[in-house]
Amino acid sequence: MRLRSEELSCLCVTCQVCDRNMAARGSVEEMRSRVILGEFGVRNVHTTDFPGNYPGFDDAWDQAKFEKNFRVDVIHMDENTLEFDMVGIDAAIANAFRRILLAEVPTMAVEKVFVYNNTSIVQDEILAHRLGLIPIRADPRLFEYKNQGDEEGTEIDTLQFQLKIKCSRNPHSARESSDPNELYINHKVYSKHIMWVPLGNQADLFPDADLRPVHEDILIAQLRPGQEIDVLMHCVKGIGKDHAKFSPVATASYRLLPDITLLQPIEGEAAETLKKCFSPGVIEIQNIKGKKVARVANARMDTFSREIFRHDDLKNLVRLARVRDHYIFSVESTGVLPPDVLVSEAIKVLIGKCRRFLDELDSNHMD
Amino acid sequence: MAEEVERKPVLEMVQADGTDGNCVTFVLHDEDHTFGNSLRYMIMKNWLAADSESPLVLPASVSCSPEVEFCGYSITHPSESKINFRIQTRGGILAIEPFRRGLTELVDVCQHVLSKFEASVKEYKAQREAEMD
Repeated sequence: MRLRSEELSCLCVTCQVCDRNMAARGSVEEMRSRVILGEFGVRNVHTTDFPGNYPGFDDAWDQAKFEKNFRVDVIHMDENTLEFDMVGIDAAIANAFRRILLAEVPTMAVEKVFVYNNTSIVQDEILAHRLGLIPIRADPRLFEYKNQGDEEGTEIDTLQFQLKIKCSRNPHSARESSDPNELYINHKVYSKHIMWVPLGNQADLFPDADLRPVHEDILIAQLRPGQEIDVLMHCVKGIGKDHAKFSPVATASYRLLPDITLLQPIEGEAAETLKKCFSPGVIEIQNIKGKKVARVANARMDTFSREIFRHDDLKNLVRLARVRDHYIFSVESTGVLPPDVLVSEAIKVLIGKCRRFLDELDSNHMD
Repeated sequence: MAEEVERKPVLEMVQADGTDGNCVTFVLHDEDHTFGNSLRYMIMKNWLAADSESPLVLPASVSCSPEVEFCGYSITHPSESKINFRIQTRGGILAIEPFRRGLTELVDVCQHVLSKFEASVKEYKAQREAEMD
């Protein structure tokens, strides 16, 4: 059966009114697999490969085909950042992972602050807000969510911390000095002054006593002699949807793999101009038979500044596109959990959601 | 706090009177685009009935019947965290079937992604160990 493949410039891929007999099969492949960055807009953004849209293509879901085409490559990982590629998946699911990383992976953070004494210049509520934003190094998987009605925290869902610090004048300071570091003792309140107070049997559960804020040099408040802060903090498990302090990532984002194609060979001066239009390392100039010829070396490094569209002689010779199903994820953790653990937890959260609805369906069915 | 009545609903099904399970709106509580869009994608990918084994050589005017006639979701109001997820089926199939199948397939996809990801991380760490030595 002859394939009708034409480049449809409107969004309705099955419309027979506006189809045109244009290019070859290549344009259908392009429509299915690339997002094109034109001069004034972006084309082919939405996923259209649902069964029935393209005659001759079998687009129905096939788990075996998906497993064959899907791959994950970790590009770079250190203790707080992770960059990895996910190839062969759709935007809906990749975006779900990104949204879950930002908002639905639980962490522990300070929720209730009991202020016994605060004579500092920082107001109680501002101090409490700042304490809530401090990331706490405690594995949230070891704790339960706190029940709504409970006033007192139990040892399974609450961590207790204390911050008790008083500023005084340094008796040994020189008479003429005006440096606060010399004049005052304890005038800067850092997160390293936060001490863990074990509740119940937590001392046995966490013998290493390594429960503390992730960073010890976060400046919480500044004091002068005579001022003191004495607060007790209760730390509970929560998710980013509730309050951003519970978000475990500094940020999690993805971009699609760039795809730069030179539609015609570009030589000489034009090649130099072309090289300057893209990020360094994307285009390289080769010397073939004395002429300078441009070649796309590494499209992945480009950030698509679209500088090429400012040059009328070059803008029609290059096609800027993105590969639709190749996602370059970048996850930066706040330090609570390593970033690869965060991604695994995010995938497990999505599995948990599906299972919850399946159980709900089954229990409704039984009734 | 153990009574069933006090528990917040997680999933409700709304059906117009007179229809027979073909078109149902599921109200999913405490969900948003994260779950709605990915589930919609899985159900739309299974547009055709699972037991149609024929190869897809279809004319553009599809004459064989797709199982799911309509699948979409909407967030009723941004202040309320629930989505209306609607499925309309053709051919006498209950709307719960594609919903259930979409959920199980999404679970399979996620498990495969998880295993591939963890394998890749392990391989990267092993490679780094080898380079350090």
